[in-house]
Amino acid sequence: MSEQPQPVAADRHTDTGAGRGRLGRRRRGAESVMVPDVEFTSYYGRPVLKAAPWSADIPAYLFLGGLSGGSALLAAGADLTDRPALRRTARLGAASSITASFGLLVHDLGKPSRFVNMLRVAKVTSPMSVGTWILSAYGPLAGLAAAAELRQLVPRRLQPLARLLGFAGRPAGLAAAALGPAVASYTAVLMSDTATPAWHEAHRELPFVFVGSAASAAAGLGMLGAPVTEAGPARRFALVGAAVEIVAERRMESSMGLAAETLHEGTAGTLMRASKALIAAGALGSLVASRSRVVAAVSGAALLGGSACARFGIFHAGQQSARDPKYTVVPQRERLDARNST
Amino acid sequence: MSGMGNELYGPEHDVAADAGWPGDQPRKGFFTDTSVCIGCKACEVACKEWNGVPDDGFNLLGSSYDNTGALGASTWRHVAFIEQPRRLGVQDAGIAQLPTGPEGTSAVNVAADEAQTGDRSLLGTDSTKVSIGMPSTTLPGAEDPEGKRTEFRWLMESDVCKHCTHAACLDVCPTGSLFRTEFGTVVVQDDICNGCGYCVPACPFGVIDRRIGDKSTKNVGMAQKCTLCYDRLGAGMTPACAQACPTQSIQFGDVDELRERAAARLSALHEAGVGEAQLYGADPDDGIGGAGAMFLLLDEPEVYGLPPDPVVTTRDLPAMWRKAALAALTLGAAAVGSFLGGRR
Repeated sequence: MSEQPQPVAADRHTDTGAGRGRLGRRRRGAESVMVPDVEFTSYYGRPVLKAAPWSADIPAYLFLGGLSGGSALLAAGADLTDRPALRRTARLGAASSITASFGLLVHDLGKPSRFVNMLRVAKVTSPMSVGTWILSAYGPLAGLAAAAELRQLVPRRLQPLARLLGFAGRPAGLAAAALGPAVASYTAVLMSDTATPAWHEAHRELPFVFVGSAASAAAGLGMLGAPVTEAGPARRFALVGAAVEIVAERRMESSMGLAAETLHEGTAGTLMRASKALIAAGALGSLVASRSRVVAAVSGAALLGGSACARFGIFHAGQQSARDPKYTVVPQRERLDARNST
Repeated sequence: MSGMGNELYGPEHDVAADAGWPGDQPRKGFFTDTSVCIGCKACEVACKEWNGVPDDGFNLLGSSYDNTGALGASTWRHVAFIEQPRRLGVQDAGIAQLPTGPEGTSAVNVAADEAQTGDRSLLGTDSTKVSIGMPSTTLPGAEDPEGKRTEFRWLMESDVCKHCTHAACLDVCPTGSLFRTEFGTVVVQDDICNGCGYCVPACPFGVIDRRIGDKSTKNVGMAQKCTLCYDRLGAGMTPACAQACPTQSIQFGDVDELRERAAARLSALHEAGVGEAQLYGADPDDGIGGAGAMFLLLDEPEVYGLPPDPVVTTRDLPAMWRKAALAALTLGAAAVGSFLGGRR
């Protein structure tokens, strides 16, 4: 009798984020510097949404898919303008990164043995279904173009095969280049078409961030792999890509509301800062990379790293925005109150 | 894309027919009236038993009587418990401003301790009994109900998949595993799901999840959620949770009728002075086109862990595809420009 349950103020805790150990991690410093941010109600501070059950496979795929799509474009351009070294680098890069992507995507499934079920249907309401079909068309074409680069490795007695590859290289490469932009941009819709606040609220600009990131990554690979005499287009591609990515990312942050916070805090914040620094450094380096292979290679690596950091950063920001009920409740409550007051 | 119209957003008259089902099978759903929920969890148990849902861990979460935490791959009904310090006047139960006496819990505790530790010579012993905190069979405040009313209320709510009119999980499913049944409900086909997990972040309510566990766990790696007992519905039966509910807090029936019932119950509660009662998911004009499983709540949705204003993510999908197409063109143009735009 003496142990009657005491009324616990478990509910109606206006979760300021403070005192729940969460803000402590986000903001450096002690209690004294904490500013109480938005007040909202939640159920024991638990998430309203479920975070995507995806591992690092998915952001890695976002990066490699973009790298592949951008590289297919560079390869086609190099093919048509007679830049064999750039063409070889870009074709091999496009094929190997899309092959790795397939592996990552299958590995991330809860039932990898059923990956082929993706091909049961074609649904325009499912960006993953659309993407599956894009990749199914794009992958073999990119592979064929890369195989044409390797035709010297075909044994002498299979020469007809090598000749066939030689003929198929250009059409396959051009077709892959036609699909490359779709490979690089559909992943933005894939992420945005969720209830995850930081991904959904970014849906207006995310495709531009992703294609910018794809261009700088592919350009980075081109600068790494091709001699400076052939890499002029890659350097220009890097500049345009970096500019698009940086501008689009800035606009995205200002249009996504409260969820933009997640791009500045924790793991995501670190990755996004690293991304911006690397992209800027790579872009600046590409301005002078025509003079030195070393500068070109370092700039190229920085661009690749910057692109990868952006993909992982955006991925982590989304996961954090789903785990913290603040990013679900506060904007929705504001929307609801605004509607009810009119 | 513009031809999609109400297939992505807004009120929709007949979800099953729009999904291609012939016939005029009425849409089925739940109306969960939390004002009569007693928190017995019979719904949770019945659901587990009927559907063969594995355990989701035997945890003590320290959140009142809620030890399942949230809906998930292995929790298809979840009873939320909310303990609220709340002035009765706010609830306006017709006894506002009446004297309430000392705070009930502590008063009862003092009374109980006195009874247990006082003079016990009548019992033939002179030892002083020490309270060891055993629970008693006396109801709190039983001796003097008027004087020991507490400023406290307990909310209980049995949560479940909303079976949305516009279901994001179904829209984004790349295998067609998630489908719309002839009853207008949304169900995962276990033999098709490949565990891509896309439905998980798509759900605006955080309902569906990928089941984790070792290899022996049933349907491990697949997306799992409430089926509104699709098998029982096919046999003309009531879903297990509604069947087991002893207070009719969970009502099963045709969605059209449930909406009327919900509206009637809401006005009855408002008339009785429970002004904070509100419906959730009952409006076909809301962000998901109305839920197949609607609720009557006694506080704001977020108090129960529900999103206050959920919107199906695919509402914005046509705009997203347009932006992606524009971005793809931009990338193509950037590549062309890079080859044409310079000498080297």
